Amino acid sequence: MSDVSNNGGAAKPKPSKLNPNVVPMPEQDAKVRAGNFDEVPTGYTMEMAQEEASRCLQCKNEPCRPGCPVEVPIKDFIGLLRDGDPIAAANKIKETNNLPAICGRVCPQEEQCQAPCVVGKKGDPVSIGALERFVADYQRDHGDHDAAIELPESTGKKVAIIGAGPAGLTAAADLAMIGHSVTVYEALHAPGGVLAYGIPRFRLPQAVVDSEVEMIKKLGVNIEYNAVIGKLFTIDELVDELGFDACFIGTGAGLPAFANIPGENLNGVYSANELLTRVNLMKAYQFPEFDTPIKPHNKVVVLGAGNTAMDCARTSLRLGAEVTLVYRRSEAEMTARIDELHHAKEEGVDFQLLTNPVEVIGEDGWVKAVKVQKMELGEPDDSGRRRPVPIPDSEYEIEADAFVVAIGTSVNPLVPNSTKNLDLNKWGYILADPSTGATSKPGVYAGGDIVTGAATVITAMGAGKDAAVAINRYLGGPEPEVAEPEEEVGTA
Amino acid sequence: MHKIVSRRVLGQRVVELEVEAPAMSKKAQAGQFFILRIDETGERIPLTFAGWDPEAGTIMMAFLPIGKTTNHLASLKVGDSIRDIAGPMGEPTHLEKYGHVVFLGGGVGTAEALPVARALRQAGNKVTVIQGARNEDLLMYEDELAAESDQLLIATDDGSKGYHGFGLDLLMKMIEDGEQIDMVHTIGPAIMMKMTAEKTRPHGIHTVASLNPIMMDGTGMCGACRVMVDGETKFGCVDGPEFDAHKVDWDLLMIRQTTYKPEEEASNERFKKIQEKGCECEPASDPDSKVKEVAGN
Ligand SMILES: Cc1cc2nc3c(=O)[nH]c(=O)nc-3n(C[C@H](O)[C@H](O)[C@H](O)COP(=O)(O)OP(=O)(O)OC[C@H]3O[C@@H](n4cnc5c(N)ncnc54)[C@H](O)[C@@H]3O)c2cc1C
Ligand SMILES: Cc1cc2nc3c(=O)[nH]c(=O)nc-3n(C[C@H](O)[C@H](O)[C@H](O)COP(=O)(O)OP(=O)(O)OC[C@H]3O[C@@H](n4cnc5c(N)ncnc54)[C@H](O)[C@@H]3O)c2cc1C
Ligand code: FES
Repeated sequence: MSDVSNNGGAAKPKPSKLNPNVVPMPEQDAKVRAGNFDEVPTGYTMEMAQEEASRCLQCKNEPCRPGCPVEVPIKDFIGLLRDGDPIAAANKIKETNNLPAICGRVCPQEEQCQAPCVVGKKGDPVSIGALERFVADYQRDHGDHDAAIELPESTGKKVAIIGAGPAGLTAAADLAMIGHSVTVYEALHAPGGVLAYGIPRFRLPQAVVDSEVEMIKKLGVNIEYNAVIGKLFTIDELVDELGFDACFIGTGAGLPAFANIPGENLNGVYSANELLTRVNLMKAYQFPEFDTPIKPHNKVVVLGAGNTAMDCARTSLRLGAEVTLVYRRSEAEMTARIDELHHAKEEGVDFQLLTNPVEVIGEDGWVKAVKVQKMELGEPDDSGRRRPVPIPDSEYEIEADAFVVAIGTSVNPLVPNSTKNLDLNKWGYILADPSTGATSKPGVYAGGDIVTGAATVITAMGAGKDAAVAINRYLGGPEPEVAEPEEEVGTA
Repeated sequence: MHKIVSRRVLGQRVVELEVEAPAMSKKAQAGQFFILRIDETGERIPLTFAGWDPEAGTIMMAFLPIGKTTNHLASLKVGDSIRDIAGPMGEPTHLEKYGHVVFLGGGVGTAEALPVARALRQAGNKVTVIQGARNEDLLMYEDELAAESDQLLIATDDGSKGYHGFGLDLLMKMIEDGEQIDMVHTIGPAIMMKMTAEKTRPHGIHTVASLNPIMMDGTGMCGACRVMVDGETKFGCVDGPEFDAHKVDWDLLMIRQTTYKPEEEASNERFKKIQEKGCECEPASDPDSKVKEVAGN
């Protein structure tokens, strides 16, 4: 295969002088994109991808790989890409990760695979996420995805998956690939979980989610929408009456938290979930072509510091508002992906850090302002982070007609509370073995946010994978064939 | 997909649809509701179970066409389908033997009267149903309610049928006449439920109201349906829809219900225009929708 043809020069296969700088991914201009819902980074070209791939040192000991919760064979896929075979590279990733186009876009790579990257010691680490995205997109656009998938022989066993989020979809795909008959029960009318209702289209285009779900359906997975487990059927009924041999619960942590400050039920106060669901799942930004409305707000205050808060801020900007983000700690403690933080700043979100809202002030039932208080960092708290303490007499008001609360979620009790003999922790999350997902109820497994609390797409997928292995063992199914010489895939 | 198997107009204006939903028809309980979305561009709206038939595998809904979605729903014919129906949602009516229960339904709230009256009666109560409506045209289920209750009273605001005045007046009369009333179950416009709560409070009559905040998912995920009960925030869709009427913050409910008023009006106007022009307002069926309905199987 051809060499890296970067910089127009006659590229040699020998490691020429290593470029310490990452190949930047082209993006929509910040001013332009703040007015549309199209994806912000537009993706590498083949040349850019190969140039970036050539920055990888192909370290023998693969320090990057354990950084990935599902241990994608990173060195190998980058090697295949560098050698000019992006489709083989995509298939390589798919040995351990069914959703690379999604993970390439939303994983916090800077804390995971890219953190141990040797290249990163002197310059920018290899942009593994961007490369993962590139090969997955390349495969979607050019690939062999119409090639018939060889469906395995049926094992005659039925597995019910509750929730079509990353955890559930991953478990479903892995179990279907072994030959189990898999039905996914999803409460909403669309698959994807947070990928569908939470993460905005400018970060994760609909087509990406759709095509990954299509792949999973091709494996023979049946998805039943509008099926609220705990209401339409209980887990016990799925097992006792509908004849499922095992269940996997991947219902996420969907219950929105509020800040418990006065004025939070005024019109114009939203949970992050409400704002994002209206816009992403219900397409309110296309009102009135789509029936679900969203208010045209002028000044929005968003509370929070994670990906969700950035998504709310950037969504509100795109709906035409001026946006202020408030957070009681400092930037160092913010949990959002670094890209999202940068993008939000570039697009013009006003960050007021060390600032905590104490009251939502209303007029005639509608939000008029958010009263906030300045904070300073004091002694470290239990989490080891310095505790924010209010500065006396520092209160002021931020004019606003909407307030969005993006401070996290907790467990939705519908499934936990309707299932007999299912042990929960003190917050109501399901207690499950971290390496298998096994719960206190035989044949019932759980993983993703419903076990860990709000976490990440990739950890939810990892949990789905581990549970699929365990469920297959429980069902006495065939050990899945491993294409490569077996490598130890531990459970981190 | 949920096929419409029958369509009736109750009285003159309220539309009743019976649709296929086999799994749901076996699970629905009095006081619960479901969320529907007519088609790919539709919004999700909550409607109460007006009835269900597990043998036929169908559920019933009754609604007044008032806005975009209910008008669209009313325009559907037998054989048409509703794309999504999710449920049953919410907690069912709390059932116990109170003694004499008065069900006070205002307007289209009476949609849930049949199953609720039946269930309360089966729990050993004497059940009086008071149906209040603006006028005779808006009454529904009169014969059925007469059969399922111990007593049915009708009130119309304009006196076109039954008592001339509010249903609440009839309830007050019963109280003033010294009739023993052990529980009042009310559903209807928020202002009516608020007034009912205010009237029963001094008499210490336990009063339950079925609230109708704006909802979206109906599973506890969005919090759009927040209501305040006894000073605490509750989610109408999962904690309710029924709450102690004496503890509900009614003014908050009424304000929150108006959140999208201009948008709702615009949407309805647009729908009417599209209908008048007689054009195909809905995109032809979505090619990649291989949606398999649990309840539609
Ligand atoms: C706005 C936002 C942005 C985020 N950004 C990122 C990011 O950039 N990178 C990242 O790695 N992580 C991100 N996360 C976190 C990540 O999305 C979650 O950790 C991940 O989606 C969890 O997957 P899950 O499968 O456990 O649950 P979910 O994705 O929550 O899916 C659960 C599914 O179960 C369904 N369900 C719930 N209850 C029932 C029931 N009773 N019956 C049937 N179905 C049910 C739900 O409708 C949903 O479809 C973000 C989260 C949010 C909210
Ligand atoms: C638990 C519950 C059960 C209900 N049962 C019935 C019923 O059996 N029959 C019936 O006719 N109506 C019922 N409603 C009310 C019904 O959902 C609304 O009237 C309907 O959404 C109106 O939609 P629209 O587009 O036709 O009208 P719009 O013009 O959009 O709105 C008319 C009014 O309906 C309310 N409304 C609008 N959107 C929603 C929404 N997404 N959720 C809740 N309320 C909304 C608003 O307060 C508004 O003032 C119920 C509501 C709830 C919460
Ligand atoms: S309707 Fe979304 S939480 Fe109740």
